[in-house]
Amino acid sequence: MYAQLVDTGVKRVKTLNEMSPEERHFQEKIDADIKIEAKNWMPEAYRRTLIRQMSQHAHSEIVGMLPEKNWLTRAPNLKRKLQLLAKIQDEAGHGLYLYSAMETLGANRDEELEKLHSGEVKYSSIFNYPSRSWADMGTIGWLVDGAAIVNQVVLQRTSYGPYSRAMIRICKEESFHQRQGYQILLEMMRNGTDEQKAMVQDSINRFWWPALMMFGPHDTDSPNSAQSMQWKVKRMSNDDLRQRFIDQTIPQLELLGCTVPDPDLKWNEARGHYDFGAIDWSEFYSVLKGNGPCNKDRLKTRRNAYENGAWVREAAKAYADKQKQAAA
Amino acid sequence: MTTQHALTEYLLRLGDSDIILAQRLCEWIGNAPALEEEMALGNVALDLIGQARSWLEYAAELQGEGRSADDLSFGRNEREYRNLLITEQANGNYADTLARQYLFDAWHYYLLQALCDSKDARIAAIAAKALKEVTYHLRRSSAWVKRLGDGTDESHQKMQQAIDDIWTYSGEMLLADDIDNLLFEAGIAPDSAAIKAQWQAHVSATLEEARLDCPPMDSYMQQGGKQGLHTEQLGFLLAEMQFLPRAYPDAVW
Amino acid sequence: MSDWTLFEVFVRSKHGLNHKHVGSVHAADAPMALENARELYTRRSEGVSLWVVPSAQITASSPDEKEPLFDPSDDKVYRHATFYDLPKEVGHM
Repeated sequence: MYAQLVDTGVKRVKTLNEMSPEERHFQEKIDADIKIEAKNWMPEAYRRTLIRQMSQHAHSEIVGMLPEKNWLTRAPNLKRKLQLLAKIQDEAGHGLYLYSAMETLGANRDEELEKLHSGEVKYSSIFNYPSRSWADMGTIGWLVDGAAIVNQVVLQRTSYGPYSRAMIRICKEESFHQRQGYQILLEMMRNGTDEQKAMVQDSINRFWWPALMMFGPHDTDSPNSAQSMQWKVKRMSNDDLRQRFIDQTIPQLELLGCTVPDPDLKWNEARGHYDFGAIDWSEFYSVLKGNGPCNKDRLKTRRNAYENGAWVREAAKAYADKQKQAAA
Repeated sequence: MTTQHALTEYLLRLGDSDIILAQRLCEWIGNAPALEEEMALGNVALDLIGQARSWLEYAAELQGEGRSADDLSFGRNEREYRNLLITEQANGNYADTLARQYLFDAWHYYLLQALCDSKDARIAAIAAKALKEVTYHLRRSSAWVKRLGDGTDESHQKMQQAIDDIWTYSGEMLLADDIDNLLFEAGIAPDSAAIKAQWQAHVSATLEEARLDCPPMDSYMQQGGKQGLHTEQLGFLLAEMQFLPRAYPDAVW
Repeated sequence: MSDWTLFEVFVRSKHGLNHKHVGSVHAADAPMALENARELYTRRSEGVSLWVVPSAQITASSPDEKEPLFDPSDDKVYRHATFYDLPKEVGHM
């Protein structure tokens, strides 16, 4: 849920000839890879789409902290606790970078959070799956962050300047996340007990398909993609990104000595890519609708944090006002 | 009691207090009143875990039993833990957490400042690094005590309650026992009376500025953490923290 | 948090360099904005100095004025050192 499933509100993509002079000027800039900045003229639908996409992306970072937080207080040693905490903290930071980029378009963080809390705006469905074992900290870093990175790397070239700059910063910081996750798994597979190895395989079994679903529905089922691609707020199609992810992940999987729960997965010499089995989209849409194992818990946690913190935020504001008055 | 034994105990007190308080702060992640606060709490916790590692590594070396900082953190029972009682107290609301943090930070700051002059070079080096971090912790927590104390009626009331509730656990930091005294005479640890005076001055000034009543300095104070006698809360905290190494004793992580 | 102010953040990454805009933070007041900026934008020792400015206090040039504002300087080549050809004998100047 980064650039996937973002409703553009546009039924049919206009050609240059059909555009107003302003629209055409805007589209020509995008075609020439000139970044759009906050104060530039932009179509209202572009602005709305970006706010939606950046807020979904930011919400995903924030909700994505929760499955990891689940093991933070149970990390098995001090080194792992430091690493995991730093990673979770980065995610809060990345959420903030993205909210900050979103606010350049005149959106308001509180209003967007309201939409998250009410369920109106989604976040990546992957975070509606529970983290059941310590191995999940490895799998989430490796597969989930790995899938996110594949997505985010191409978003560095997105057409909106503040979003692009936030993505560049995020990608730079996230490079340690995936390595951190993979190393957790590698340590358990290479030096761990049989029980630990089983824990790793179980974790991969549970996260493999949901990780592939992170790239969103097939291109044929992505009605908004054409407009998003024309605006360059999306730079590669869902299926292309998914294929890229699988191709780069399978050798890493083999190095671990693990398998994925897909009997159809095999290298296709002719295509130069891995073939893989059919994704169960009914599960994807069911989780999206709110039926995942953790949808309710995740939202409740975020809502409670926000509501229970209201008095703290108000107090800080009241104090600042008093200080200002005293100084005047 | 040998100096070496006293020193080991002293290092455990420092390291254990850091790790236990960090564990409490970790519990806030995902639940803090603002995303900015998640970041800040995370940074404080990272600093404390790093400091704990330095103190405990030193303690483990002195013990000479081939144990690591991890072994000490994840392998000791509550009776063997030497953290201050204040650090293990539950998070409560944000005012409770900040009251606990502020009273601890003020002590931690003056203690580390003094430990920079320790005759034990390794202690002085660890303290010098930690002092930079804790200077920031103290600035942050005292600012928040003022914000909440002098914010809204609701925040004032909550902050006052928080200070009143945690107060009984604040005295233990300031009271010297045989170990503190022995190390003071050896020039390794500072004079507890001096730290106490600095702490009291900081706390009474901050609370006054925050428009909060400072509870009597001579109130009854709970003790025992430094000797391994803890409140009921520590057992649960350790059960959670130590779950993996205890459930899988042969595992490597 | 709508009541908290939006601050723009500028970081000096090294001594001797300019402060550079990096993004924004929310805070109740300026000291808190500095703290939040420190937590958010300098986690990996990215800075030696921070500025925070309330976003509302920034006056920005409008992109519509780009031509009158910036194009006139395009033809003032005599402001650049490379405009002045000097004989080799002068050496480095």
